[in-house]
Amino acid sequence: MAHKILLLLVGIYIHGMAWSQVVISGRMTDQKNKPLAGASILLKDTYDGTTTDSSGYYSFSTYETGAHILVASLSGYNTFSKGIQIGKEPIKLDISVKELITELKAVVITAGAFEASDQKKTTVLTSLDIVTTAGANADVVGALKTLPGTQQVGESEGLFVRGGTATESKIYIDGTLVNNFFFSSLPGIATRGRFNPFLFRGTIFSSGGYSALYGQALSSALILESKDLPDRTEADLSLSALGIGGGIQKLGKDKKSAWGFSYNYTNLALAFALIKQRQDFFTTPEYHQGDANFRFRTKSGGFIKYYGYASWNRTGFRFADLDSLGVKNAFGIENLNTYQNINWRENLGRRWKSYLAFSFSTNKDDINNDLQDGDNKSLSGNLPSWLSGKQYAVVTKSRYAQGRWVLEKRFSGLNSLRIGADHFYSREQTRFTAFTGQQFTEVFQDNLSALFAETDFYITNQMAVRLGSRLEYSQLMKRWNIAPRASLAYKFPDNGQASFAYGLFYQNPESRYLPTVNPDLGFARAAHYILQYQKISNQRTFRAELFYKDYDRLFKTATGQNGRQLVAGNNGYGYAKGLEIFWRDKKTIKNLDYWVSYSYLDTRRDFLNYPGSIRPPFASSHTASLVLKKFVLPWKTGFNASYTYASGRPYYDLAFDGSQNGFVIRDQGRTIDFNSLSFSLNYLPNLGKQNKKTFLVWVLSVNNVLGQNQVFGYNYSFNGSRKEPILPPSRRFVFIGCFFSFGVDRTQDAINNNL
Amino acid sequence: MKKLLTVLSICIATISAAQPGDRFTQAMKRNMAAFDTAFARTESLVNLSNSFERIAMAEKTQWLPYYYAAFCQVNYAFMEQDKSKTDAIADKADQLIRVADSLMPNQSEISCIRSMIASARLMVNPMQRYMQYGQESEQHLRNAMAQDSSNPRPYYLKGQALKYTPEQFGGGCKAAKEFLQTAMDKYAGFVPASELHPAWGKPQVERLMKECQ
Repeated sequence: MAHKILLLLVGIYIHGMAWSQVVISGRMTDQKNKPLAGASILLKDTYDGTTTDSSGYYSFSTYETGAHILVASLSGYNTFSKGIQIGKEPIKLDISVKELITELKAVVITAGAFEASDQKKTTVLTSLDIVTTAGANADVVGALKTLPGTQQVGESEGLFVRGGTATESKIYIDGTLVNNFFFSSLPGIATRGRFNPFLFRGTIFSSGGYSALYGQALSSALILESKDLPDRTEADLSLSALGIGGGIQKLGKDKKSAWGFSYNYTNLALAFALIKQRQDFFTTPEYHQGDANFRFRTKSGGFIKYYGYASWNRTGFRFADLDSLGVKNAFGIENLNTYQNINWRENLGRRWKSYLAFSFSTNKDDINNDLQDGDNKSLSGNLPSWLSGKQYAVVTKSRYAQGRWVLEKRFSGLNSLRIGADHFYSREQTRFTAFTGQQFTEVFQDNLSALFAETDFYITNQMAVRLGSRLEYSQLMKRWNIAPRASLAYKFPDNGQASFAYGLFYQNPESRYLPTVNPDLGFARAAHYILQYQKISNQRTFRAELFYKDYDRLFKTATGQNGRQLVAGNNGYGYAKGLEIFWRDKKTIKNLDYWVSYSYLDTRRDFLNYPGSIRPPFASSHTASLVLKKFVLPWKTGFNASYTYASGRPYYDLAFDGSQNGFVIRDQGRTIDFNSLSFSLNYLPNLGKQNKKTFLVWVLSVNNVLGQNQVFGYNYSFNGSRKEPILPPSRRFVFIGCFFSFGVDRTQDAINNNL
Repeated sequence: MKKLLTVLSICIATISAAQPGDRFTQAMKRNMAAFDTAFARTESLVNLSNSFERIAMAEKTQWLPYYYAAFCQVNYAFMEQDKSKTDAIADKADQLIRVADSLMPNQSEISCIRSMIASARLMVNPMQRYMQYGQESEQHLRNAMAQDSSNPRPYYLKGQALKYTPEQFGGGCKAAKEFLQTAMDKYAGFVPASELHPAWGKPQVERLMKECQ
């Protein structure tokens, strides 16, 4: 009996369970009715549920009854939840969810910009690429010159982008403008950038259509972001044929703060003794550079960074004067430069962020040009006017300050808004001492204020829009300008993406063409139109860009009282258009990473003293680069090579013609094509030696290995009867050095940077 | 008869009352038994992860179902061939392990998963990502070793990482063996705190040791 009852009870229990089991099923799709696989379906607060199959279908059974909540979730999509009443009947419930806009899936606004970063997904280069590009000599701008859009101008420093001059490209560190990014100009010799590429963790090189957060550059913006905290405490020492240097980076125990300093001394005496220079150096180039920093995380997750830099350098060399045989110019320069930047970013809550930055910099150039005879003695007595003008001294003292505040609000999805203000103060004082001993002092001062706003709006993961505008006021010109910017990006299902960018860009005249006699002077203006296609996948990057740039209101100059060219008006104009291709591939050939870039440029302009619309001397029609990088593990050596080609550039002899009261082209031509093969290798002998506390890198680099002829243009004598090519200071340049890091085993870095 | 019925009903009542806990153990064991088959296909790993997550969300205070859900996800991240999808999977694993961590802080086993998540992210682009994720992975392993010196899994993971690092960079079998041997020794003496606690890894170490013979 008891057994029977037990059986019965168990039977009822089991039957009851079976009887109350209800099947819940349906299909889950996105808003476009595309099935979603792998989504989790569950009854809240129970174990019951399942996972959708590859067609989006789901089905599970439950013993639960009554009111329950069904939840469906899949990462990248909105979570679905709905109250259901479980009775006796099977339940059928189809689910539709919306895709979330996420950084991982969304299109990225990239028109015009090349980004070098170690973390973001759309980057084309990494920070290390910049220092291991052959021919760049660890100079940020040197590496950028292997990317499309840049010109191979060898006679002066700076970035010449898409038919623009070097002064149309501005460089920013942590949001603030750097006025003397390069060492002071030397006649016919390009100088290097001052800043160590290892300072930066991110680089955005925009060859056009850049953000409304930046201004005063008609062509291009190079936006550098300094590192936050170093990865670890370390000391570095470098020894090379060019000088010595060392530094310390100390990371706090709590990894929330760091400080450091470094010092470098460069002296080219040894290098110049071994590699003959075209110029006759009477003062060997010598540089002292020091920097210091502190950085710390604030309590609320913000960050404060200070970076300070000071350098002193001098150079002096003689070069033959074109106007009279046997006469030499002895050019000497001494430069003192300081740069300080402090910036503070802070979370304000409610997804607001604040970025506050101040920078202050000074620059002093003490330039002397002396005319000397064959025995290097100063010429004396009465010199003809076209010679005496070359005997002078100039002392330029500049001070620049900038304050900047940007507020950023992030909305749902990736939508964001940035608003901010900028104020630049600049003062340049030039004291010119003529041959006669007569002194002229000129002071140029400007206060430039700007307000800007920019918004990123993601319509779907496939489509995004960036709209911005910048309002500027220049005290110098007593004028306002308003510069709208817009970009649109669309992503295809195969991950390729197309972008379009448009923008207006304004710029003040260069101070060397000031003061102006024209009280109505306005800003120079450029409009950019850029169309881009980019596809990054699987270790390969393809990018093509078409652009059109319309220059308007460019500055025209007239000859001032002491023979200087001074801004007279805004009646200059011009255009630039072209096509650029970039291809990088790390996959096809094992362990070989290469990139190819090609730029076609068609540009003409009338500005400064040009007699009309001409192709400017800094513009090649065709420019191409091939960069190769290969690390050979067993040899612990990285090999880097780069080949650069640029078609010949036009050159002109512009001479003043009194009858036309303007400049005319007295002679013109085209230089030979530019070719350069550069090579570098990095040897890491301690690689893989476990627990080795010193890490050593040997670097050997050779520029223009083949010694190909390079002509950057021609200088003409005053009367036009003689012309002389502008050539690089030496046919080849060789660098050899070694870099030590102490206190850490950097093997892991090397592995992963080179695998 | 009445007595029997009373005893029976008390029994049933007791069983019913005990069921939630028992149900948890049963469900967990059933899922854990599926590990061997689940690893064959990413779909079944996702199923299993979702199943652990359902238990986790119903229980709310148990760290182990979150731990195993994250464990499934991180293995899924390693198995996914399309590297553009890895980060999203790693995000999911990270989300799950963070909940486990909040329920049971300073767990050596949890640090192991976090190290694996960092390694999965690293694999997307080792060149670009080492500075961040390589060190993060390493740091979590060091934490795991410090949190429980008897846990063999951090030694297994370290040995595995070294085995797949080229010899020129201080990796290779020779360097790996030292850690794999330590892991083997520790597996020999390792007793999981309960039948639901993590006990995986030994066969993999044996396989790696064999490959290094």
